[in-house]
Amino acid sequence: MRRCTLPFLFFLANIAFGQQSALDPAGPQAGRIRSLESLLFGISVVIFVGVIGTLAVALFRRRRGIQQEPLESTHRPSAQTERKLLVVVSSLSAVSLLILFALIVVSVVTGREISIKSLPRDSLVVEVTGNQWWWSVRYLDDNTQRIIVTANEIHIPTGRPVVIKGTSHDVIHSFWVPNLHGKRDLIPSRVNTEWIQADRPGRFRGQCAEFCGLQHAHMAFWVIAEPPAQFEAWRRQQLQPAAEPSDPVRLRGQQVFLNNACVLCHTIQGTTAAGQNGPDLTHFGSRQTIAAGTLPNTIGNLGGWITDPQTVKPGNHMPQVPLAPGDEQPLLAYLEGLK
Amino acid sequence: MRFFAGALWLLGRHAERFSNCPRMCLPLALIGLTACSRERTELRPVPARTAIYNNAAVESDIHPGGVQPHTQVNNPYEGNAQAIADGGRLFDWYNCSGCHAHGGGGIGPPLIKKEWIYGGESANLFDTIEKGRPNGMPSWGSRIPEDQVWKLVAYVRSLNQEEPKTAVPPRSDTIEQNTATLQNGATQ
Amino acid sequence: MNSSKTQFAELQQTDELEQTWKEPKGFLGSLAVVGHKEIGKRYIVTAFIFLLLGGLEALLMRLQLAFPENTFLDPGRYNQIFTTHGTTMMFLFAVPVMEGMGIYLVPLMVGTRNVAFPRLNAFGYWMYLAGGLFLYAGTFFHALPDAGWFAYPPLSGPQFSPGKGVDVWAQMITFTEVSALCVAVELIVTILRMRAPGMTLNRIPMFCWSMLVQSFMIIFAMPAVMIASSVMLLNDRTIGTHFVNPAEGGDPLLYQHIFWFFGHPEVYIIFLPALGMVSSMIETFSRRHLFGYPALVLALVANGFLAFGLWVHHMFATGLPQVGEAYFTAASMMIAITSGVQIFCWLATLCTGRLRTTTALHFVFGFIFIFVLGGLTGVMVASIPFDLQAHDTYFVVAHFHYVLIGGALFPLFGGFHYWFPKFTGRLMDERLGKCSFWILFVGFNLTFFPMHFLGLGGMPRRVYTYSAGMGWELPNLLATVGALTIAVGGIVFIANVMRSRRHGEIADPNPWEGASLEWEAASPPKSYNFPRLPAVDNLWPAWDDISKRTVIEGLSDDRREILITSLNAAEPHHRHTLPKPSIWPFVTTLGLGIGLTGSVIAFSWYYVAAALGAIGFIGWFWPRRPLEFTS
Repeated sequence: MRRCTLPFLFFLANIAFGQQSALDPAGPQAGRIRSLESLLFGISVVIFVGVIGTLAVALFRRRRGIQQEPLESTHRPSAQTERKLLVVVSSLSAVSLLILFALIVVSVVTGREISIKSLPRDSLVVEVTGNQWWWSVRYLDDNTQRIIVTANEIHIPTGRPVVIKGTSHDVIHSFWVPNLHGKRDLIPSRVNTEWIQADRPGRFRGQCAEFCGLQHAHMAFWVIAEPPAQFEAWRRQQLQPAAEPSDPVRLRGQQVFLNNACVLCHTIQGTTAAGQNGPDLTHFGSRQTIAAGTLPNTIGNLGGWITDPQTVKPGNHMPQVPLAPGDEQPLLAYLEGLK
Repeated sequence: MRFFAGALWLLGRHAERFSNCPRMCLPLALIGLTACSRERTELRPVPARTAIYNNAAVESDIHPGGVQPHTQVNNPYEGNAQAIADGGRLFDWYNCSGCHAHGGGGIGPPLIKKEWIYGGESANLFDTIEKGRPNGMPSWGSRIPEDQVWKLVAYVRSLNQEEPKTAVPPRSDTIEQNTATLQNGATQ
Repeated sequence: MNSSKTQFAELQQTDELEQTWKEPKGFLGSLAVVGHKEIGKRYIVTAFIFLLLGGLEALLMRLQLAFPENTFLDPGRYNQIFTTHGTTMMFLFAVPVMEGMGIYLVPLMVGTRNVAFPRLNAFGYWMYLAGGLFLYAGTFFHALPDAGWFAYPPLSGPQFSPGKGVDVWAQMITFTEVSALCVAVELIVTILRMRAPGMTLNRIPMFCWSMLVQSFMIIFAMPAVMIASSVMLLNDRTIGTHFVNPAEGGDPLLYQHIFWFFGHPEVYIIFLPALGMVSSMIETFSRRHLFGYPALVLALVANGFLAFGLWVHHMFATGLPQVGEAYFTAASMMIAITSGVQIFCWLATLCTGRLRTTTALHFVFGFIFIFVLGGLTGVMVASIPFDLQAHDTYFVVAHFHYVLIGGALFPLFGGFHYWFPKFTGRLMDERLGKCSFWILFVGFNLTFFPMHFLGLGGMPRRVYTYSAGMGWELPNLLATVGALTIAVGGIVFIANVMRSRRHGEIADPNPWEGASLEWEAASPPKSYNFPRLPAVDNLWPAWDDISKRTVIEGLSDDRREILITSLNAAEPHHRHTLPKPSIWPFVTTLGLGIGLTGSVIAFSWYYVAAALGAIGFIGWFWPRRPLEFTS
C-alpha cells in the first residue's frame, strides 16, 4: 500500500507546487479562486461519499440477505416504505437546492472580487498581443518614450496591480498564468482586460490555453515578479536601445543579422532592424527562454533554433535561413550580447 | 447485418476486376495524387531546396560557348493550398503590399493582370523576386529564403487564377479587395 | 375496431403477417430495407465501428502524450487526430448510437410495428453513413480537419486553415444533422401518436420519455450547428462571405455563441437516452416499480429546457458582461438539481429493491459512481471564477469524459447487455461481461482521474506535447496506461459480443423479467413485432399476466397497417398504412451525397445536389395506386 501511495503523493506535490499551477496561488486573484475551489472540492467530496455510501448500502442489504418485501410478485414495496422514501428524497432535493444556491452566491461574489471593476488605483498597464505562436508585450506609458516592447517575458513588480490588455494579431489565443489568475481570451479585433498581482517574488509560467494551431503546445511565456526596486532597474535597462557591439566578432554578427532574412521580421532598437512580424530582440540576451518558453536561452539552444527552427517547433513561422559558413557563431555572439 | 455482409462480399468479388482495370484506376489515382499535393502541409522545407533554383529563368539563350540546354523549372509549391496561404501571409509580412497593394498596384505595377513585363511564368516571377528588376523592384534573393520565394510566387499566381481554384482561399481575414475593379483598372 | 380477449400465444395468420412485413432479400434488397429493427441494428453496428475508430485515435493521442516532448506524432497529425476523435465521438458515435437504440426499441416499447416514417428512417441512416464515410475518406486525400471539433474561426477560417479539411468537417455536419433531424421527427411522431391503446402519457416507459425529450432537443439544437458550420463557416471558406471576419464587420464570437447553442444541448442529447436506459435497467434489476416516475419524467423535461440556457458556460473566458455571467452560473448549477433528483430516485429504488447483480447492473453502478463524480466537477466548472482556471485544461477533459463516458457509454454498454437477448435471441456471457466491466471501470478511472490534477497543475488541452519538468509526466503516463487498459476492456467486450452472438445461451422473450412491452415480443422480434397489437392499462404491462393481454383485432394482415392513437389518452384514432420497402431513400442519399461532396470543391455542385436530390425525391414520392395496399 505504501509503495502505491508514495509516488501518488509525489506527483501531487510536484503539481501543487509547480511553476504553472492553479493550486499554488501567488496573487490575490488566484488565491480567491483557490479558496472557492477548496470549498467546492469539500462539498463535492461529502456529496460523493454520501452517494457511494448509499450505493454500498443497497448492495450490502442484498449480501446480508435481509428479508425484503416479496417484490418478485408484487413489484411494489409497502406504502410505508414509499412514504419514507418520498420524505428522504424530497428533503435531499431541497438540501441540494440550498447548497447550490449558496454556491451560486459565493461564486458570484468571488467573481466580483476578481473582476476588473475591483481594480485598485496605481496600476501598471501591459498590452499583451497573441501571435501564432508567441506573445508580444508592450508596457504602456503616457510618455511614448517610456513604452517598452518585449516578448514572451513579462516582468512585474510585486504588490502592485498590473492590468493586462489582451488582444490577438491572428487567431484566438488565451492568456493564462495559473499561479496568478484564470484565463482571458485574446480575440482579434477585441480588447479584453483583466488585472493580476503577485504578492511574492517568483517566476510563474504561463501558456496559451485556446487551441491556436500547430504550435499551440509551445506557446508559453514567463511572468517574473520582482521587488519594485529590482523591477525599476529592469525597466530602466529595457528603455535603453540595444548595446552597440564592441568587439569585431559581434560587429560581424550584427552585419549578418542586418544582411539576412532576420531583419525582415525582427526589431532591434538602435539599428535599422525594424521588422514587426517576430519578437522584438532589442534586449534578447536578457531573456531567460527562447522560442516562446520552449528552450532555455543558452548559446547552444539558440544555435540549434536558428539553424533548424522547424525541428524545434515544427510548423512555426521562423524560416530556415541559409547562413554563409562562419556566419553563425558571430550572429549567436551578437544576439546573446543584447543584454 | 446482411447488408454489411453483402457489401463485403461484393467488394471481395469485384476486387479482382478493379485491379485488372487500369483504365478505371488511373483517374482515381490521379485524383488522389493531385489532391495529395494540394492538401499536403510540409512543416519542414527540404534542406536542398534552400538554394538550388536561384537562376530559375534564363532570359537569354546567348551564352559563352553556345546554347546551353536549361531545364524547365517548376514551382515545388504549385497548387499547394498551405503554401499559397503562407505566401499570402509573407506578402504582408515582407511589405510587398507597400508597393503593389493587394495586387492592385501603387508605387509598383499591379500584380493582377495578363501582360507581364518580365514574364508571368513561375520561373520568371521567381527570378523577379530573387534578383529584382530595374526601376524599383529590389532584389530579395539575399534576404528571403528560397522556399519562401516560391510560396510568394504561388500566391502571386493565385491572384491571377493561375493556381487551381480549389487550393486558393476565397478571402483572407482583412478588408476585402474587390478584384473585379482591380482587374478593370489594370487593363485600362 | 374490434378488440377481444384472446390468448396472446395464439398465432393465427402469422404467416400472412410475415409475408407483409418481411424485409427484402439480396444486396439490392438490403438497400431498400425500411424495418426499424434492421435500421436500428445498422445504426448501432455502424456507430460501434466509429467508436472503434475514435478509440484508436484516442490511443494514438495517449501514446503521443505518454512522455514529454514525444515525437511519435507531429503536431499537424496530432491536431488532425484530436479533431477527428472529437468529431467522430460526438457526431458519428454518441448521437447515432443512441438514435439506433431508440429506433430499435421505441416501436417495441410503445407496442407498434414500425416507426412513423419508415422511408425517412432509411434515408436518415444512409445520410449518417454517407457523412461518416465522407469524413474518413478525407484520410486518403490528406484532407482531415485539424481545427478542433468546435472549429473556432478565425483558426478554422479560409486564411488560417487552407485546404479542404475543415470544409469536409463542416459538410459532414450537414449529413449527420440531417440524419439526426430525420430520426427526431419520426421518434416524436411514433411516441406521441402510435402508442398502444391505453398507454396514456403517464404510462410511457422511461426510455421512451427520454427519447422524446432528446428528439425535441435535436429539433431545436441541430439547426443551430448547421447555421454555424454549413452556412457561416462553409460559405466563408468556399465563396468568401464574411460572417466571421472581424475586418469586414463579422464576428468570430457570433460563431461561438451559435455553435454552443447547439454544443451544450448536444451533451444532453447524448446522455438523456442513457438516463432512460438506466431507469429501465434499475426497474428491472431491483424488481420493483421505479420510485418517483413523475419526478423522473419532469426532471428529464426540465433538463431538456435548461440545457438550452447554459451555452455561455463554454465561453466564460471570452470576457462577457458581469450580469450575464451571474445568470449563466445560476443556470449551469440548476441543471445539477434535475440530475440530482434522478440520482436520488434511482438510489431510493435500488435501496428498497431486491437486486439482481447482472452485468448490466454492474454497468449501472459504474455509471452512478462515474457520473456523480463528473457531475460534481460539472458544478465546479459552472462557477465562473473556478472555470477561469479550469477552462480548456485537462480538468475539463477529465470532467466531460466522466460525464460522457460515465453518463452515456456505461449505461449504453449496460443497455447493450440488457437488450442483447432481444436483439439476437441469445444472452451475453455474464462472466466475460463482468470481466469487461471491471477492466473498463478500472481503466477508465486510471485514464481520467489523474487528468483532474493535470488540469489544475496547469496543463492546457489540445497540446500535442509538453515540456519535461512541469510535474506532468507521471499523471500522463498513468493516463496512457489507463487508455491501454480501456482498450483491453473493449477487446473483451467485443469478444463477448462475437461469441455470444453465435454460441450464447438461448434467451426466452423475457429473460430478465422486465416490465415494458418489448419483453412481450419474441427474442429476436418477428418482423411484425407483435402478432396482435397489445393494449395496456398500466406502466408495467409485462409484469401482468400476459396470457390475459387485451389485443387489437381488425388490423389488416395483408398490408402494413398500424394503429394511430390520440396524443394524450392513447385512444384508438384511425388505421394507417405504412409504406413498403423502397430503394429511393438510398438513391436520394446517393444523389445528395455526390452533390454535397462536390460542394466542398466548388459551389456549383450544390446545383448538382439539388438536381440529383430532386430526382431522388420524385422517385420516392411518385404516387402509386392503389396506395401500397397490395400485398
